[in-house]
Amino acid sequence: MTLTDLANPTKFLALTARVLPWLVGATILLFLIGLYQSATAPDDYQQGATVKIMFIHVPNAWLSMFVWAVMSAAALGTLVWRHPLADVAAKAAAPIGAAFTFLALLTGSLWGRPMWGTYWEWDARLTSVLILFLMYLGLMALWRAVEDPSRAARAAAVLTLVGAINLPIIKFSVDWWNTLHQPASVFRMGGSTLDRAFLFPLLVMALAFTLLFVTLHLAAMRNEILRRRVRSLQMMQASQKAA
Amino acid sequence: MSALGALIQRDIRIALRVAGGALIGVLFFLTVVVLMPFAVGPDLKLLARLGPAILWLGALLSSLLTLDRLFMADHEDGSLDLIAMARTPLELACAAKALAHWLASGLPLIIATPVLGLLLNLDVPATSAVAMTLLAGTPALTFTGMIGAALAVTLHRGGLLLAVLVLPLSIPVLIFGVAASEAAITGPHSFGAPFAILCALSLVSLVVGPFAAAISLRHGLD
Repeated sequence: MTLTDLANPTKFLALTARVLPWLVGATILLFLIGLYQSATAPDDYQQGATVKIMFIHVPNAWLSMFVWAVMSAAALGTLVWRHPLADVAAKAAAPIGAAFTFLALLTGSLWGRPMWGTYWEWDARLTSVLILFLMYLGLMALWRAVEDPSRAARAAAVLTLVGAINLPIIKFSVDWWNTLHQPASVFRMGGSTLDRAFLFPLLVMALAFTLLFVTLHLAAMRNEILRRRVRSLQMMQASQKAA
Repeated sequence: MSALGALIQRDIRIALRVAGGALIGVLFFLTVVVLMPFAVGPDLKLLARLGPAILWLGALLSSLLTLDRLFMADHEDGSLDLIAMARTPLELACAAKALAHWLASGLPLIIATPVLGLLLNLDVPATSAVAMTLLAGTPALTFTGMIGAALAVTLHRGGLLLAVLVLPLSIPVLIFGVAASEAAITGPHSFGAPFAILCALSLVSLVVGPFAAAISLRHGLD
């Protein structure tokens, strides 16, 4: 089955119906491993046990940007290649990405209180992630503002691509403006500065959260396809009644 | 005269003639700036300290509100379809409309800035710094706002959604505009760096805005 076969919604539904249970199982397994590793990781010499919020905060932050990147790829699929399922993918991903962004802000805020003494600080990274959250919400509003899903798709695709400029700003904000949020420690030139005892649980949790996103995304895409079918059937029924 | 010149002239004439046009924007700017001392208190030193920020916020909100009229009026009477179908590329037509919109709505804001600076107890160097940053930054507001206006043109109740879509894109312009103004007034940091970035934002939006708006219009109008 090639990638072009997957453009057929029925085949997509059939494939995901087979694959989803395995994905759910893999996600649960990875979360169990990751949470166990996080719980048994050593305490930080400065932060104590509070450092373990990192194992939830950092994967959520990574995923908030990753989901926007996935939506941008889907937006290109809609605008450039007119892929039939690209707009389904984009619409399904937006609320999930917004949830990850919100969780990143929330866990970061809870971590900031004991570490920095404040729940919020208007520094470069927090501000740009907050703007990303607002853009997610605006995108979700745009999807729901237009009646016809395929017309909404093209408007939303443009907005997604324009908003993608925010991703490099978030990534490099801690390097460009030296404010409060700590600079990059994992994805940086010269390799990670994180100790292995923290890096491995972090990567396992990141993988677990990514699998969670894939699972939720595929399930949401299935729901969206079914929702559109219901809408078509309702419209057919309405026009038959009128005739 | 070329098609684009005719389009610009038409838009400016309509904006200056119809009631909901250019001067309403300046009036709203004045209203916002007058409201601030009621909220913040009449302390002149505080107002002078906040002055650049208040002027920039007023300009941002005013340009946000006049953006609605960029495409909506033409869409309602059908001329937007004619413009989209014409031989002139839609990207250039959007750029021309945005230029006309800036000339009719953005430029009056900059001209009004010295007067409003008096209300906020800003001295001449401060006011001219703010006016210069507004001159460099309002094109960015107009051209990035054009993207939101094009996205919202086909929505009937699009006004508030337009603001929500455009605001995150305008925040960098606001940040650097105020930073440049403050740097010129209080001065330990350089004025040149944020001002250069502000000019860069305007130049980038001059290129990206028309293309994004044209794509949105093409997809929204069919």
